[in-house]
Amino acid sequence: MTATATSVRIPLSEYARILGQGEIEELRALARPLEGRSIEMINSTSVGGGVAEILIRLLPLAEELGLKMQWDVMSGGEEFFEVTKAFHNALHGAPYHATPRDFEIYTAFSELNRKQLPLDAEFVVIHDPQPAAMIEARRRNGNHWVWRCHIDLSHPNQTVWDFLESYVAQYDGSIFSSPAFARRLPIPQYLFYPAIDPLSEKNCELEPRFIAGVLERYKIDPNRCILTQISRFDRLKDPVGVIKAYRIVKRYFDCQLVLAGGSASDDPEGAVVLKEVLREADNDPDIKVLELPAWAPLEGNALQRASTIVIQKSLREGFGLTVSEALWKKKPVVASAVGGIPTQVIHKQTGLLAHSVEGTAYQIRFLLSHPEIAAKLGESGHLHVKENFLISQKLKRYLTLFLKLSNRH
Amino acid sequence: LTTFAETPFQFCAVSQLTRIGNQSASTIEELGKALSECSDASIFHHTFQTLSAHHFLTENFSNDFAQWAMADANRNDLGELLASLDVRDYVSIPVLRSDLCRIVNEYCGAFPEFAKQAALERFYFCEGVEVTIPLGLQAWTLEEFRQGIEKLSHDGFYFHFISSRLRLQLLTNDFSQWLANGLGLKTLADTINKIDIYTNTLDSTRAKILRLIDRERRKT
Repeated sequence: MTATATSVRIPLSEYARILGQGEIEELRALARPLEGRSIEMINSTSVGGGVAEILIRLLPLAEELGLKMQWDVMSGGEEFFEVTKAFHNALHGAPYHATPRDFEIYTAFSELNRKQLPLDAEFVVIHDPQPAAMIEARRRNGNHWVWRCHIDLSHPNQTVWDFLESYVAQYDGSIFSSPAFARRLPIPQYLFYPAIDPLSEKNCELEPRFIAGVLERYKIDPNRCILTQISRFDRLKDPVGVIKAYRIVKRYFDCQLVLAGGSASDDPEGAVVLKEVLREADNDPDIKVLELPAWAPLEGNALQRASTIVIQKSLREGFGLTVSEALWKKKPVVASAVGGIPTQVIHKQTGLLAHSVEGTAYQIRFLLSHPEIAAKLGESGHLHVKENFLISQKLKRYLTLFLKLSNRH
Repeated sequence: LTTFAETPFQFCAVSQLTRIGNQSASTIEELGKALSECSDASIFHHTFQTLSAHHFLTENFSNDFAQWAMADANRNDLGELLASLDVRDYVSIPVLRSDLCRIVNEYCGAFPEFAKQAALERFYFCEGVEVTIPLGLQAWTLEEFRQGIEKLSHDGFYFHFISSRLRLQLLTNDFSQWLANGLGLKTLADTINKIDIYTNTLDSTRAKILRLIDRERRKT
């Protein structure tokens, strides 16, 4: 069974307030030749994850521009999602021995979905590896198909990639989040950055009273420096490294550290990492380890807005959109030079990059010593996000791609 | 008395798509080789197009090659040389490519020990794909022209003011061209053409142009 997901409706006029009327008029002009034409977006989940989060918001904007955009979610049983999760990790480079049975399960569920999903829109956009085999339903000389890959394919498991590539090569084009994540393919590859929605609860403006309330609830002193990393409790986000960097900074500056992430209660690995973090924190009253519920984005927003510096000390990263969230709030950011982070943090222009615990501590100390430079980086970071990583830009890129594919411009 | 141009100025909506290329470089020497082989669209993307995407950086940002030389290859001296190229001096991509290659190759010749040193991150060559559509907005008079400039998006403004040089094959821009030829305002056209885009953001450049137009309107 397929499910059609529901979307969040914010009119374009609200975005004009932030982006300027010129940007909205441009979107309208680009959309005009595409008016009434159909687009089908397909992914594998209607809730949770960055893809669903962005599609929920993209759909109503596209509709307001006159496009007939539809979002369908493919269906799959437990065994299908077990296989695709293993594929996902393997494509990220994790060790994995694929069996013929794995490929049979993938193929069988793909066949089932090809019968259930419409797949007849003029432009079909398939998100990630799970529904990649939908391309086999393409009619000859029919519609335009694009594969949107949200994951890093730079070091994939070769067996899984070879299997997937046989489908991907049939598309009209592919989209990656970074040139470093792409593969050599016989089809055009386009660069679309992931995006944040400036009007979502994660990023919208907040009343100072609300922010003060959140700080009070978590016993964070608003009158002292606040260093924050907002990330799930995952070793690849290096929360223990963040505490070590904080301890170095603490020798020179009176500061507090906030480590806030999603609840670890339903994530066995997260619970282990959380324990490691608490052990490293060693009951330091200035280290606040917070488990934020996923349904409380306003709290994360408030914590970022209250921060003096936002840290993202990942050891490995996809694109790392929490960086853009902090930059949008004009916060100075100190982050690791991994994954998509250097695209967002242009060193010494929109933030500072580091490669170690000591380097992270040094950059934080530098910014605390030079608040005027910190403020300037925050301002430039905000403009960088406005220009490159907002949902409006993403919509514009899709419009441009559809125009290019249909050659009607 | 309002002056009308014989042909109106047509404002455009513009969007850039980035296509990921198959070339990359991990050393300065490899960068030099790839620079000589990559497409014109790639040179355009990493010089003209990137300036539009990073227009708000008014210090030490000029083009992607210079940024990579400084931040990833850790060669500030090469970065400075590459950053000193002003895209507005170029009306043809082959000439710009030739200057980029010359700088990188001369550097490799002078500092062979640095030419083969691995950079922190690879440089990935991409290409710009531009789509333009009439915005449905045109100007016959200076007043209408001012209103149009005010309504343009960043990309539209950049298209008319900066990348138009490549289209026109002249050291001028769409705005100045129309002001001089359409309305006979050569002095205003020249003054606008001299605005330094490297030390101004697109917003501050636009504000300067609007101020200059206002001054001209007061004169008449």
